[in-house]
Amino acid sequence: MVGICSYGGYVPRYRLNRGLIFKSMGWMNPATLGNSKGEKAVANFDEDSITMAVAAGIDALRGMERSEVEGVYFASTSMPYKERLNAGIVTAALGLNDHIRAADFSGGLKAGTSALVSALEGVESKRVNKIIVCSSDCRLGKPGSPQEMIFGDAAASLLIGNENVIAEYGGSYSTTYDFVDHYRGGSAKYDRQWEDRWIRDLGYDQFIPEGIKGLLAKYQMRITDFSKVIYPCHYSAERKKINKMLGIRPEIEQNILQAEIGETGASHPLVMLVHALEQAKPGDNILVVSFGSGCDALYFRVTEQIERVKGRNGIAGCLVNRADLDNYNKYLVWRDILPGEVGLRGEEDLWTRWSMLWRRRKFILGLWGTKCKKCGTPQLPPQRICVNPECKGIDEMEEYCFSDKTGRIASYTGDMLAPSLNPPAIYGQIEFEEGGKFMFDLADCNLNDLATGMPVSMSFRRKYFDQKRDISGYFWKAVPMKEVE
Amino acid sequence: MASGIRDKVAILGMGCTKFGERWESSAEDLMVEAFKECLMDAGIERKEIEAAYVGTHYDEVNVGKGSTPLALALKLPYIPVTRTENFCATATEAFRAACYSIAAGAYDIVLALGVEKLKDTGYGGLPGGGARGIEFFMTAPNLTAPGGFAQLATAYSARWGLPMDKLKHAIAHISVKSHANGSLNPRAHLRNVVSEEEVIAAPLVAYPLGLYDCCGVSDGAAAAILTTPDIARSLKKNQDLVLVKALQISVSSGEETMFNNWDGAHVVTTRIASARAYEEAGIKDPRKEISMMEAHDCFSITEFVTMEDLHISPKGGAYDDVMSGFYDLDGQLPCQVDGGLKCFGHPIGASGLRMIYAMYEQLLERVPGKRKIKNARIGLTHNLGGLPDANVVAITLIGRE
Repeated sequence: MVGICSYGGYVPRYRLNRGLIFKSMGWMNPATLGNSKGEKAVANFDEDSITMAVAAGIDALRGMERSEVEGVYFASTSMPYKERLNAGIVTAALGLNDHIRAADFSGGLKAGTSALVSALEGVESKRVNKIIVCSSDCRLGKPGSPQEMIFGDAAASLLIGNENVIAEYGGSYSTTYDFVDHYRGGSAKYDRQWEDRWIRDLGYDQFIPEGIKGLLAKYQMRITDFSKVIYPCHYSAERKKINKMLGIRPEIEQNILQAEIGETGASHPLVMLVHALEQAKPGDNILVVSFGSGCDALYFRVTEQIERVKGRNGIAGCLVNRADLDNYNKYLVWRDILPGEVGLRGEEDLWTRWSMLWRRRKFILGLWGTKCKKCGTPQLPPQRICVNPECKGIDEMEEYCFSDKTGRIASYTGDMLAPSLNPPAIYGQIEFEEGGKFMFDLADCNLNDLATGMPVSMSFRRKYFDQKRDISGYFWKAVPMKEVE
Repeated sequence: MASGIRDKVAILGMGCTKFGERWESSAEDLMVEAFKECLMDAGIERKEIEAAYVGTHYDEVNVGKGSTPLALALKLPYIPVTRTENFCATATEAFRAACYSIAAGAYDIVLALGVEKLKDTGYGGLPGGGARGIEFFMTAPNLTAPGGFAQLATAYSARWGLPMDKLKHAIAHISVKSHANGSLNPRAHLRNVVSEEEVIAAPLVAYPLGLYDCCGVSDGAAAAILTTPDIARSLKKNQDLVLVKALQISVSSGEETMFNNWDGAHVVTTRIASARAYEEAGIKDPRKEISMMEAHDCFSITEFVTMEDLHISPKGGAYDDVMSGFYDLDGQLPCQVDGGLKCFGHPIGASGLRMIYAMYEQLLERVPGKRKIKNARIGLTHNLGGLPDANVVAITLIGRE
């Protein structure tokens, strides 16, 4: 049996109320009032499609054996690198084996489902046993545009395998058209789109039914065989029309999360799928369709194993863990739409030394440290001579992963002098519960809410962005845990 | 068996520039200014100097690397010159190297000079950048000096259960005292008197430290000419000798940074270096035997924990001593008698020698009455370079013969 073995989700903590956007930009395009309901999830200043994909991947791999993963497929249309394997960064951050395949799926919004089909059918071929699919997007609309309202940021991850399957893969049906509803050129920062009427009447109206009908015919199924049907389309009138056309009853229509997150691009069908799996029961059939340059339609049958993977953050957990981003200008600065002044201190020119990153890749990208085989002390960064003064072992170390460990805040501060897009820069010493200590930046928190002794978990973040050389540099930060289990 | 440095080296002369935002002066000007005073005080000729050590830390915005800046500025005639660098202990390292070369018998007369030209960065605070290497920039938090030291406060409050508002009050008292001392000193960078209310109400720099909890970022230079006690006696027949009593350095081993045995509320190296220095100088009870000191008050909270780490206030008990005025100018053990880093200023590579200068001028009773310490016999200086979790501490004790 081939299918989904585990799932994970990630929605950034900060949510921007669309009313705030309208208040600032509605004067320019009053018609965006129609899109101004609800809120959109926005990546923090130190998040991008890679870091969100890693967060979802970590969630999916919780309780799973990482060494068994044989492939990483990363799907996004907003990857930080055009040349440099983005999935390679995700692989290192997830602490996976070096001797695996990894690929970037991009170009169109169906890249997420294309990666999923490739993983499923790869495992089906029996030449590979376990592949993790991570998908995320962080797309930008120009200030004042409908896309700015509509788009949101989120990630989903699905672990595909042939054992302990929670949702068995039924099959897929794909179409491919060079239908340009949205596009971004090679150097474009913002999405561009053609007329809404055309997108609705020719795009969604034609391709979604074609994909679903194609799948139903191919596998001789009926729409009533499904307990959930997932397809992206933020036009609500259009959804009603399509549902009526295909006989999708309201109870089987999966929530598109437009009011909570927004349209998340390549990851959207997978975000919805993860959200559906969180509520799924054994025996449910789930149909997933993507939209963008054609469609991929896939279906799954949920198994008894579904109960085994409950209790991860997922999309539902992230929806609850939210904070208002109560300042539209902050969003503009975070996304580098509005140039904010961080001061001359922030202009110190420091190069990324690729040869150094290569040498220290396990530490920097995977947060691997060492553990002394003589005395058992975990230590970060990796050491050769044991830091325990009673031990003094030399070259007695084994690799030890800190990225999945929790710690506590031993000391902290909020720094107004440090150049930051989100001052004060908050950081502190973290003592890991199982030993080891390191001073980390603290993310997704307010200074006033912090206290020594507070538990934290680790989060992969964009540590810096070198504008001059177009380099996104990554490392780990500590995030206060809202609830202690 | 090694016997340490006690009474083996005498200070023949010292010099110190006015510290501050010396927009008009280059590092070369500052070196010449400190050297002129030092040479005149020593009463020797430039050609009698046999070796020199120059301390400077931030080569990025300063004089660059190497020893040539000193040799060229002072036109030292082809003698051995060496640059020392060890964070905020840089100048003390120059002094220490000079002392050891005298004590070893290698030279009779040696110059130590520390200089730092910081105010060419274009922004407040210390220069950022690659001071700790590329890996630091790629993995360390978005860290500045105030943020590194501010964490002493959150950790201290947690360790000793001292509420943050009480701690804020105590560190405000520390800054008020240093401003009062600095206001008496024409060479100090910051000479304004401030109140505790002003200190507490100042804008936050790094929680819980406000503007007045941070020391001045200054330009300046300080210098010493050292010799043997015998030569000093022969050259300074009508003057008391000032002798070096102890020189100790302690450098973090990585335990504070990586091992879970440090509470983050004190500085390990200060405790170790000061204990060693007291032993070297034969001091049994520092609280009673030390006359005055210049501690490394880069931030008020640093001075606060240092009072315990120097084994003067009881552990967890600095609050009472600070609030009772024990360390004020008219207290039992005056601290930052010239204004300290807080107000005299903190040009990194000069500060160690500036502190020794402050003790030296007191020991020789060269200061005006209003800031004079009575019966000054032993002065202590303390530098803390780096951050509380990974640092170098230098302790120097000098005293009258």
